[in-house]
Amino acid sequence: MMNQEITMEEILGHDVARDFTDEAVLDIPAPLSDKIAFEIRDVDLFYGDFQALKNVNMDIRQNAITTFIGPSGCGKSTLLRCLNRMNDLIESCRVEGTISLYGENIGGNNIDVNMLRKRVGMVFQKPNPFPMSIYDNIAYGPRTHGMRSRAKLDDLVESVLREAVLWDEVKDSLRKSALALSGGQQQRLCIARALAVRPDVLLLDEPTSALDPISTSKIEDLVMRLKSTYTIVMVTHNMQQAVRISDETAFFLLGEVIEMTDTKSLFAMPTDRRTEAYITGRFG
Amino acid sequence: MTAADQHALRRERALRKRLEWRILLKHPASLLMRLAAYTAAFLTVGVLLYLLVHNIVRGIPHLNGNLFAWKYSSENLSLVPALINTLIMTALALLLAVPIGVGAAIYLVEYSQQTSKIIRVIRLTTETLAGIPSIVYGLFGSLFFVRFLGWGMSLIAGTCTMAIVILPLVIRSTEEALLAVPDAWREASYALGAGKLRTVFTVVLPAAIPGILAGIILATGRIVGESAAVMYTAGSVAEIPSGRNFFRDPVRTLAVHMYILSSEGLHPGSSYATGLVLMVMVLILNTLSRYFAKRLRTKAGQKDANE
Amino acid sequence: MNAIRKPQVRRVRIKELLMKIIFLSAALFSTAAVLIICLFLFARGIPAINEIGWLNFLTGTRWKPSDVPPSFGILPMIVGSVYATGLAIAMGGPVGILAAIFISKFSPPKIRRFINAAVGLMAGIPSVVYGYFGMVVIVPAIGNAFGVSGASLLAAGIMLAIMILPTIIQLSVSAIDAVPATYYEGALAVGATHEQSVFRVVVPAARSGVLSAIILGVGRAIGETMAVTMVIGNQAVMPDSLIHGARTMTTNIITEMGYAVDLHYDALIATGVVLFVFILIINFSFSILKNRGIKYDGS
Repeated sequence: MMNQEITMEEILGHDVARDFTDEAVLDIPAPLSDKIAFEIRDVDLFYGDFQALKNVNMDIRQNAITTFIGPSGCGKSTLLRCLNRMNDLIESCRVEGTISLYGENIGGNNIDVNMLRKRVGMVFQKPNPFPMSIYDNIAYGPRTHGMRSRAKLDDLVESVLREAVLWDEVKDSLRKSALALSGGQQQRLCIARALAVRPDVLLLDEPTSALDPISTSKIEDLVMRLKSTYTIVMVTHNMQQAVRISDETAFFLLGEVIEMTDTKSLFAMPTDRRTEAYITGRFG
Repeated sequence: MTAADQHALRRERALRKRLEWRILLKHPASLLMRLAAYTAAFLTVGVLLYLLVHNIVRGIPHLNGNLFAWKYSSENLSLVPALINTLIMTALALLLAVPIGVGAAIYLVEYSQQTSKIIRVIRLTTETLAGIPSIVYGLFGSLFFVRFLGWGMSLIAGTCTMAIVILPLVIRSTEEALLAVPDAWREASYALGAGKLRTVFTVVLPAAIPGILAGIILATGRIVGESAAVMYTAGSVAEIPSGRNFFRDPVRTLAVHMYILSSEGLHPGSSYATGLVLMVMVLILNTLSRYFAKRLRTKAGQKDANE
Repeated sequence: MNAIRKPQVRRVRIKELLMKIIFLSAALFSTAAVLIICLFLFARGIPAINEIGWLNFLTGTRWKPSDVPPSFGILPMIVGSVYATGLAIAMGGPVGILAAIFISKFSPPKIRRFINAAVGLMAGIPSVVYGYFGMVVIVPAIGNAFGVSGASLLAAGIMLAIMILPTIIQLSVSAIDAVPATYYEGALAVGATHEQSVFRVVVPAARSGVLSAIILGVGRAIGETMAVTMVIGNQAVMPDSLIHGARTMTTNIITEMGYAVDLHYDALIATGVVLFVFILIINFSFSILKNRGIKYDGS
C-alpha cells in the first residue's frame, strides 16, 4: 500500500478541490487519501440459488480510482451494483454481509435508497442518455432532488458540462436531443449527468467498452481529473486501462476477490498464481 | 450505376426468373403449392378491394345534404345525430377506460414481480376480457347498467359498457409501449436517486406516449365500429342528448344507425352512404394508430441506431 | 453530506405507496369486471335454465317463446353456431393460412407491405359494414344460384370466413416468421425446392402457432353477431340445408332482446351463458396452446 504522508485535503481542503481548475489538478501528484469511503465486509450475494459473490472483503479509498478486473461473469459488476444498491431492482437478488459508506451501513431497510444513489452516482456500460434535450438530461437529477431555480440550474448545467469536458462541444445545442450526440459524447454526457447531483462516489461500469479508442482516451483523461473531487470505482475489461489510470486494483475470479492492492504492485508482482495467469493473458 | 450496369442487372434478374420457372415446371407439386399461395393472397386482397369499391361506388352518389342535416327525420335519414352521439360516447368511454387501463399497465409492467400470483390472475382475466364477444358485453350491460343499476337504456349505460370493452385493448397496447422503453433509461433514472414514481412519470411514460396513443386510437375505432354491445345498452333514439337528462337519454350511435337503416331495407342508398362514412372513419383511425405505433418503435430504437 | 439513514421526506414515501395502491386497483379492475360479468350472467342464466330444465334447454329443438306454454330449446342455435363457424373455418382457414404463407415466404417487400396494410384494413372494417355487404352481395348471389331466398347458413359461413381472415393471417404470419431460417436452409441443402422447403418443413414447424390462429378465428366467428344476423335469415329451426336459413346463439340474442320479458329474457341471458362457456373453452385452449408453443433452439 502506498501511504502518503500528505493527504489531498491537507493540500487543498475538500471544498477547494471541488472548485478545481483544469490545469492545477494535473500538476499535483496523485496523493492517496487515508480515508476509507466504502468498507465491504463478508459480502455474499445470491441470484436465486446461484452464489455470485463469495465472502468479499475490501476497503475503497476516498479520492482514489479503484478498478475491478477479472474475466466476464466473475462478479465485478455485481459488486459495483451493490455499492448503490442497483441490485435491489433484481427480484431474486439477496445480499449478506455489510457494506458501509463512511461508517454507515447501506444495506439496511432503514436506508433511503434514493439518497444513497444521490451520493453514489453511476455510469453504465452503454451510454444511456434520456430521450430529452442535453440540458434536461443534466437537470434531471438536480430537479429530482428539488432544485427548481432556473438560474441555479443553468449554472449547474454549465459547470458539470465543463467538468466533463463537454461544454465547448455542446454549449450551442443544449436544447437539442441528447440522442443526436456521438457515442463518446453521450458517455461524457452521462458522466456529467451523474456529477450534477454532486455525488461523493462515482461508479463506472465498463464505461468505455462501447466506445472507439479516441473517445476512450477522452473518458480516461476525464476520469483522472475527476479523482481529486470524487471517489471513483470502475469496472473494466481492459487491463491496460486499469494500469493507465487506477490507484488500486482488485482481481475477481468466480465471485471471489483473489487479490487487491495498489495497481503497480498488482501488475508488477502478483502474489497469487491465478492473478498472474490472468494478467499475463493465459485465460480470460 | 451506369445504364449498362442497369441493363445487365435487369438481364440477370430476368434470367433468374426464367430459371426459377423452369425448376417449377419440373416439380409440378411445387408449382401447385406456389399457385395455391398466390391464389389465396389474391383472393384476400380481391375480396377487400371488391368490398371497398362496391361501397364507395354505391355510397358516394348518396352523400348529400340530407344525410348531413342537423336533425334526423324519417325523410332525410340524417346521420349527424348518430355521429355526434358516437363522438360523445367515445370521449366519455375513453375518459373512463384510459386512466384505468394505463394505470393497470403501469402496475403490470413497472411494479409487479412477474412471477407473483396476483399478476398471473390479472393477466388471465385481462386476456379473458379481450376474448369476450360484443354480444356478451351487450347482455351484461343490459343486465347490470340498464336494469340492475336502473340507468335504463342510456348514453351512460352504453358508455360504461364500451369502457369495459376497450379496457383490455388499452391495457395491452400500453403494456407493449412500456415494455418497448429500454431498461437502460430506467436504470439511469434510479441511479440518479429518482424514485419509482418520478422514473415512471418523467422518463418511461413520455417515451411510451406514441404507443399509448396508438392504443387509444385503436380503441376509438372499436367504439365507433361497435354495434352489438351498444344496441341494447345505449338504445336507438336518433337524437343528441341534451339538458338535465344528458347522461340518461337513450342514444343511437353511428354503427347502430347503419344497422337499423340497412335491416329496414328501405333505403339502400342511404345505407351505403352511411356505411361509407363509418368505414372511412374507422379506416382513418386505424391508419393513425399504426402511424403512432411505428413512431414508438422508431423512437425506442433511435438509441441503438445512434451507436 | 447529510445522512442517508433518515427517510428523506416522509411525504414522498407515502406518495409512492399511495400511487402503487392506485395502480394496483386499476390493474384489479379488469379482474373485477370479469368476475361481475360472470356473476351477473350466471346468476340470471342458471336459474332460468333450471326453470326450463337443463335437458329441455340444451337439447330441445323447439324455440317458441310466445307459445302457451312456451318452449325454449336452443339446440337449433347451438347447431347453427357450430355449422356457421365450421363453414367459416373450412373456407377461411385454408385461404388464410395460404395467404399467410404467401406474405411470409413468397412476396417481395413492397407487395408484403401492401398486403399487410390491406389485411390491417380488413381487420378494422366494422361488423355492420360487412353485414350490409353480405346482405346486398352474398345473399342475392346465393339466392340466384340456388333459387332460394339466399339468407342462409352458407351466406353466414362465407361472411364469417371473410371476417376471420385478418385474424388468421396476422397470427399465422407471425408464427411462420418465427421459424428459424436454419429450418428452411436445411431443407434447401438436401435439394428441396423453395416451395417444398416452405410447405414441408417451415409451415409444419409453425403448426402450433397456426393452430392457435385457427382457434382464435373460431372464437371470433362464434361470437360475431351483427354481420351474421344480417345474412342468416334467423329462422329458429334445426338447420336442414346449407342454403336455408338458420339461427346462431348470438343472433338469437340480438333478434329478440328488444322485446323479450320475464322468462323469455332470462332464456336469452341463458343463451348468452352457453355462448360464454363456449368462448371460455376456446380461449382456454388458445392460451394453453400459446404457452406450450414450440421453443426453437436458441430462441
